[in-house]
Amino acid sequence: MSPTPVSSMALVLFASLIGSFASVLLKAGANHLHRSRESLKTAIPRLAAGVALFLLSSVFYIWGIKDGSLTVLYPMVSLGYVWTLVWSKIFFGEPLNKTKLAGVGLVLIGVIFIAAGNR
Amino acid sequence: MSSPAAAIPVVDAAPQAPVTVAAKSQSTALRSIVLVILCTLIGAAAQILMRWGADHLSSETGLMGLLTNWPLLAGYACLAANTLLLVVALREGQLSVLYPIIALTYVWVTILSPMLFPDELNLYKIVGVGFIVGGVSLIGLGSRR
Repeated sequence: MSPTPVSSMALVLFASLIGSFASVLLKAGANHLHRSRESLKTAIPRLAAGVALFLLSSVFYIWGIKDGSLTVLYPMVSLGYVWTLVWSKIFFGEPLNKTKLAGVGLVLIGVIFIAAGNR
Repeated sequence: MSSPAAAIPVVDAAPQAPVTVAAKSQSTALRSIVLVILCTLIGAAAQILMRWGADHLSSETGLMGLLTNWPLLAGYACLAANTLLLVVALREGQLSVLYPIIALTYVWVTILSPMLFPDELNLYKIVGVGFIVGGVSLIGLGSRR
């Protein structure tokens, strides 16, 4: 077994970033879902863009895991939680608190350990 | 001196609050938890299947190659099932309870991958997954409404 290449890790990180934007679009679309025709006009393009970004994200993810180990690459997907918290704050004004920030800290420490275990 | 009018909401609120919390945690405890545990297993299966499917991909793989790559397609199907079940579970249950369970997917994949692929575990990876499960759990706890 050889270590997972840095390029594979970069692809998976990029995939998690795109995936977090997909979540933002799905949430934005869901926020507009009501029973009026007008709301659907706003919601459907956002939901469609969200699904498209999820598919795009999966392409980069599969490209990434092709030449690497899941024990290294899959835990790195957890960075998606970190991106999503940041976008939730920026785009939807969802409050950050100490518990969430501590969670982000633990996830980051975890990913550093995973990278250190890549040998 | 408190007036009776002011006392009413206080008296009302006291027995109501614990009942609501208990009812909600009850619903979280039953259906949602089972659903989310199922989700983590399907999610882990998706990872294994996609990794397996990725082995059959090359720069020459065309559309037919993708459409006949059944582990990859099954991986996508698991991913879709996982997402839908998660949405259902999260509508009914509390994020603070369900996130720590969702994070179990990291544990399953870390156990399964070395058994099925040229991959191995070491102390760094085990500690790393521990931190990640803890971190995701805290993010869920911090999202409690």
